[in-house]
Amino acid sequence: MKTYIRSAVTISPQKTFNNPLFLNELASHNDNRLTCIEPDYSEAIDPKLIRRMSRIIKMSVASALACLKDAGIANPDAIVTGTAYGCLEDTGIFLTNMVQEDEEPVTPVAFVQSTHNTIGAQVALLIKCNRYNNTFVSGGASFENALLDAIMLLTENNTANVLVGGMDEITDMSHIVLNRLGLYKRQPVSSLNLFNTNSKGTVNGEGAAFFLLANNPSPNNLACIDAVATFYKPEDIAEIKQHINSFLVSQHISCNDIDLLISGNNGDVTSDKIYAQVQQLVFNEIPLINYKHLCGEYPTSTAFATWLGANIIKNNNIPAQLNNSNSPKNKINKVLIYNHYQNIYHSLILMSSC
Amino acid sequence: MDNAVFIVGVGVLSGIGNNVAECLDALEKGKAGIDKINYLRTNHRDLLPAAEVKLSNDELSVICGLPSTTSRTAMLSMIAAKEAWDNSGVNKLPALRTGFVSASTAGGIDKTEDFFTHFLADKSKGKLRDIINHECGNITNIVAEKLGIKNHISTISTACSSSANAIMYAARLIKNNMLDAVIAGGTDALTRFTLNGFNTLLVLDEQYCKPFDENRRGLNLGEGAGYVVLVSERVASLLKQRPYCALSGYFNANDAYHQTSTSFDGDGPYMAMAGALTMSGLQPKDIDYINLHGTGTQNNDSSEGTAIQRLFHPHYPKMSSTKSFTGHTLGASAGVEAVFSALAIQRGIVYPNLRLDKPMVAFSFAPETTFSKQQDIKHALSNSVGFGGNCSSLIFSKL
Repeated sequence: MKTYIRSAVTISPQKTFNNPLFLNELASHNDNRLTCIEPDYSEAIDPKLIRRMSRIIKMSVASALACLKDAGIANPDAIVTGTAYGCLEDTGIFLTNMVQEDEEPVTPVAFVQSTHNTIGAQVALLIKCNRYNNTFVSGGASFENALLDAIMLLTENNTANVLVGGMDEITDMSHIVLNRLGLYKRQPVSSLNLFNTNSKGTVNGEGAAFFLLANNPSPNNLACIDAVATFYKPEDIAEIKQHINSFLVSQHISCNDIDLLISGNNGDVTSDKIYAQVQQLVFNEIPLINYKHLCGEYPTSTAFATWLGANIIKNNNIPAQLNNSNSPKNKINKVLIYNHYQNIYHSLILMSSC
Repeated sequence: MDNAVFIVGVGVLSGIGNNVAECLDALEKGKAGIDKINYLRTNHRDLLPAAEVKLSNDELSVICGLPSTTSRTAMLSMIAAKEAWDNSGVNKLPALRTGFVSASTAGGIDKTEDFFTHFLADKSKGKLRDIINHECGNITNIVAEKLGIKNHISTISTACSSSANAIMYAARLIKNNMLDAVIAGGTDALTRFTLNGFNTLLVLDEQYCKPFDENRRGLNLGEGAGYVVLVSERVASLLKQRPYCALSGYFNANDAYHQTSTSFDGDGPYMAMAGALTMSGLQPKDIDYINLHGTGTQNNDSSEGTAIQRLFHPHYPKMSSTKSFTGHTLGASAGVEAVFSALAIQRGIVYPNLRLDKPMVAFSFAPETTFSKQQDIKHALSNSVGFGGNCSSLIFSKL
């Protein structure tokens, strides 16, 4: 079913929030950690509340409220979020406290805010939204499941619009741990040069992105989301091809109908080899752009990709700095996002002009 | 879209038993699973009772076939999900689109706790194998892979209502013709993180909890896992045995009142129950049994009770909180209680609410205090209320 993106807001490692211009200049990060460019929250959130909120809660709540405002919706029919890690900072604070104080932690605040549904709950609380509220914590398919839930809700009764978001944060501790797992580049890298490094590892990323999805068109829609699909641990490239083909068939389109592919390449040679093979085998000749040099790699990065796709369709233009090799000649009507997270979670999100 | 969804398999383990038969036996005999903490390493073991699953990690490992170094949350999940899957007979049918939707609040944090003790002292220390399955989603993946389920795997975390939302999502994936059969429910192990968290909130009872009692003092934590197997009408017709019941109604609402407490008037639980009734096309008087959220805290029981009074007065169904047996199993609780509700319908039984000495004076109803058989339970309602105002109710109906 076609669903309409009425508004899309993200806080990301780029200047994307409160910026009427679409990626007019790119921020370069010279570390293996891309940190979000955060706004002054006092305009968006009551300062009394800000003090208690962790960074991921602030980024998410500010994005969610701005998204509702842009859409002109005071109270949505549902709030659905997807986050792999949840509120890591609060989890770390409470765990540290518990270990260091030998199980006599003094304050419940971090514990209370560590639950994965805190963001959806905080938004509901701030706008007094009594409607459907759900949170997916499905690793690299968290945002995709939130999107699927939203699309299903819009086909079911009594739901005209859904606020849906994906978010994950980096904390100092999580970055140390994920670095030890060998996920990131060992040498300093300029993020905008990520795809020329030809080495192992990617760069750590983070962000919060929210969308107001509606089941009816309105004058200011950015784009449509036609469908989302996920598949888990494919055996080989042939199985990936099979999943992509059946997805396209289910949408009654062929590869040639796709004007732009947004690809989840992350600069890690092993991971990117899969994209290269899939591109050669399935998406040959389709204009392609990458996005993870802008936001880094994290489990819900497809929320950023969806924001990117929506704006490309709306503007019918790919920002010059995205530097794609073969630009689409015609109007950009259909955009497909293909991402895999560590070759465990693969996902497809099909977007189109309205 | 209005196709019915049926429950054709159940699996559970909790403080009162390691499978459906053992749990039913304890429920009938009135034997609570709450005791002095025996398995979890915690300084609070002599002060705070809890309903632990009565198996060590090594013993769980032998039963579930996962390495004993696996998060306890995954091992509990594996045992209950496998029991439900085997019980359903669905795995014998060929070429179905199958899914696993599991809920958890703790995920692999039991292992993260071990990691952190070493990591905090030296950031290069702590075994990485103890941290790689920290995420709730990883716990679900471990079990899905062992069960051989691949078409759909997802994880939900909405605090104490998590597995009710997992069951709803599973039903909707079937109704939207994306899947044929789904194992849905939740799992949570008792961890120091949650025990200390609830302890700082001052909501834990140092004695055995007394849900819906005037003199209730708080909740006891529990651990466990509970899953139901949901199938479409077509799949149900292919199975030899009759379904336990249908999932006839569900509703998710948000109380939007406070991060950790429920509104005085019980708006969230009221909307969840009323919404589920509307969906199932039932009137309050049609409900024969309510499996209460009934944690035993001042706030929950008074808020949930008010919501029940608003909706059901003056015709109250039988009701009980089985958390008086199992403790509060958090993200697993709605899964455990969905199994108990399905069994209540299938077997015509009503469970007692243990340790009820003085029913709450504010209400003109009181939970059941004895186990009863030969009851005609046509419709059972199960409530869940969680942090963040997340309230979900499920209605199970006899066929």
